[in-house]
Amino acid sequence: MKRVFRRTLAAMAAGTILSGVIVASTGPAMAQGKTLKFVQNGNLTILDPIWTTAYVTRNHGYFIYDTLFAVDENNAVKPQMVEKYEVSPDKTVWTFTLRDGLEWHDGKPVTAEDCIASIKRWGARDAMGQKLMDFVKEFKQVDGKTFQMVLKEPYGLVLDSLGKPSSQVPFMMPKKVADTDPFKQIDSQIGSGPFIYQNTESKPGEKHVYIKNPKYKPRSEPASGLSGGKVVKVDRVEIIEMPDTQQQVNAIIAGEIDLIEQPPHDLIPVLKKDKGVKLVDWNPLGHQFIIRFNHLVKPFDNPKIRQAALLAMRQEDYLKATVGEPEFYKVCSAAFVCGTPNAFDAPNGLLVKPDFEKAKALLKEAGYDGTPVVLMQSTTLPVLTNTAPVTKALLEQAGFKVDMQSMDWQTLVTRRTKKEPPSQGGWNVFHTFSVAADILNPISTSYMVAQGDKSWFGWPTDPVIEKLRDDYAKETDPEKNKALAKAVQDRALETAQYGWIGQWYGPGVARANVTGWLKAPVPVMWNIEKK
Amino acid sequence: MLDFIARRLIAIIPVLAVVAIFVFLMLRLTPGDPAAVIAGDNATSDQIADIRAKLGLNEPIWTQFAIWIGDILQGKFGESYFFKKTVAELIAQRVEPTLALALCTLAFAVCVSVPIGVMAAYRQGSLFDRVVMAFSVLGFSVPGFVIGYCLIYVFAIELGWLPVQGYVRIGVNFWQFAERMVLPSLTLSVGFIALISRITRASVLEVLNEDYIRTARAKGLSNRVVLMRHALRNAAVPILTVIGLGIAILIGGAVVTESVFGLPGLGRLTVEAVLSRDFPTIQTVILLFSVVYVVINLLIDISYTLFDPRIRY
Repeated sequence: MKRVFRRTLAAMAAGTILSGVIVASTGPAMAQGKTLKFVQNGNLTILDPIWTTAYVTRNHGYFIYDTLFAVDENNAVKPQMVEKYEVSPDKTVWTFTLRDGLEWHDGKPVTAEDCIASIKRWGARDAMGQKLMDFVKEFKQVDGKTFQMVLKEPYGLVLDSLGKPSSQVPFMMPKKVADTDPFKQIDSQIGSGPFIYQNTESKPGEKHVYIKNPKYKPRSEPASGLSGGKVVKVDRVEIIEMPDTQQQVNAIIAGEIDLIEQPPHDLIPVLKKDKGVKLVDWNPLGHQFIIRFNHLVKPFDNPKIRQAALLAMRQEDYLKATVGEPEFYKVCSAAFVCGTPNAFDAPNGLLVKPDFEKAKALLKEAGYDGTPVVLMQSTTLPVLTNTAPVTKALLEQAGFKVDMQSMDWQTLVTRRTKKEPPSQGGWNVFHTFSVAADILNPISTSYMVAQGDKSWFGWPTDPVIEKLRDDYAKETDPEKNKALAKAVQDRALETAQYGWIGQWYGPGVARANVTGWLKAPVPVMWNIEKK
Repeated sequence: MLDFIARRLIAIIPVLAVVAIFVFLMLRLTPGDPAAVIAGDNATSDQIADIRAKLGLNEPIWTQFAIWIGDILQGKFGESYFFKKTVAELIAQRVEPTLALALCTLAFAVCVSVPIGVMAAYRQGSLFDRVVMAFSVLGFSVPGFVIGYCLIYVFAIELGWLPVQGYVRIGVNFWQFAERMVLPSLTLSVGFIALISRITRASVLEVLNEDYIRTARAKGLSNRVVLMRHALRNAAVPILTVIGLGIAILIGGAVVTESVFGLPGLGRLTVEAVLSRDFPTIQTVILLFSVVYVVINLLIDISYTLFDPRIRY
């Protein structure tokens, strides 16, 4: 028996060692120099920022690609890859000249031809890009560094479009990459941005590795928002894939990672107590909660019933239930985000102060028959989980019957594509949220589109708001644009197209020895120092 | 023996066929559209429809199944919808952490649980026995993630002896690999130790009441010899059976443990694939787990012959 045991133990030991040898991979040498370890909200799986609207993929884009224009910390659009640009007197010919010394990661120069191909691919996928392309008559390459965008008629959002900060961002790619079918993912990760993606070291689900691009020539201006000099002050950045938020917090407290994009609000008190870390308000515009109605099926096909629902909304209830700490939220009845040029308060305290009696009267007038509205609740995105119970309570106070159905986010995003009534697997209402940078004007705000089937889920149809959006797009006078933005917001409230139910902020976390995290709509890793 | 192994290997085929059909249908019948997940939150219905068509998800379900099975039979496991890598590549990348975690857990659990189970049986009714039984109940009752977080708090945050999370490949740095394996292995082995120690105790207790043990004692053999040479060897078969069955617990536990400790293994890949409805990855990983489970239990069956000469195949 002893022999058997010895043999067994020896076999186990040998097996362990052998398995170690078998499974050993010949990984590269450990990182040298200063390495910044960063944890994002979600796993980076798709590396084509034009193919998906996922924010983690957008962040990846900012590492390796550059943009023709970019917004500064005041959301003003500034030239980035572009040295200079000119507009013809009739505002139909835009001429862009690239900066000297721009190079792709493989050493080839960035050309006007590359940029034209990149704009075309982006314009085939992004809503704001599609709008721009509706106005584009043709592109002309003037020389290696200069190209023209010839418009059919003046368009007021040329620079806003090319400097669009959030998904999907018009990143510049080499022509051979940008020529990829817009509905297929690209295979190459060659850009001209301040970091170079390390394909061999990156392991999806584990980490993604970027090294400093030694040939990148930053602009001379100081970094501001997503514009200015993108000076990289570390040798390498590793995106660590860590889905468990508690684990992210443990890891940063233990000094194993340097930055977290956005920890959940309920863990912020733990972080505040630790002197080794600090909260960083890198995204001062924050986010906005949305309530979206299905305009195709009863009862929200009736505008009066949608209006009754909006009359029941009270932003503070949502914000208290989801975010909690008042320092991280703002009651804001402006569709295009408070603190921006297009911010206007909603009239009569709408969305801020509910009027349940008026809502009940509207329901009666509209002939609401008491059929329960199906409210989809996501239980897997912590920041959204508590929005649906608040809606249920508010709508019930207004006289609705509500059938709240809980599901994971992936099920919700699948079900929201269904146009059938709830009895056939459809839905009536759900919540989502947007990064504020995506909803700063009537064109980039997908919830404002009211073109039926071409609209975002909920599929509203409203020629009036579409006319206003078109006018906004064509208008080149900023003051007139503001008035048009207000008119769009007023119309959206009048028809109760959707509801914006609170602005909130999610600070990032950095180790105390990490400085220089820029204020921008996107977490960017240039300018950051690790001491 | 070879006949037995061949028969068991052939028997794997219908098992895998049933698993394949079940997994395929479960994924198709549960809500969730990979195209909607891939497209992102700002995508429109048209964009989602384009992606769905590109992925072949508009084909009838039986056509999709036939294509998948045809590919599997040719050794093609498909391409992940998300990672733009073949599923085989993904699995190859993720297998090391899971294998390392499983082996460390098994080694640790067996080394601890068998001796304490034997001692608990030998000292039935003693304080030691009661402590072992109490631990066994506790080990079963407390969820793995709670144990994991407690261990992290004590050993990583408060004492700072071990890292909180992450994985370093054994070929990159052995010591960093080893220190990152301690807490996950401990976490995963708690339930396993509870199971094996309890079964070991019960098996040894049963054997200790047999006539041949009384005879051995009557012959004047020492307690140690009786226990090691006669009792434990005869108690080994049920213990091995439980270890084999426990592989399923190990696989299920790895899913949670890898998520808690940030190990980029197959368990976490499964969770990620399920959450994102990455059908090719889920299907292949579950088939792989089934093969592993069946093969390990075959090996356990074969190992019975080492401990009980009466068993012949």
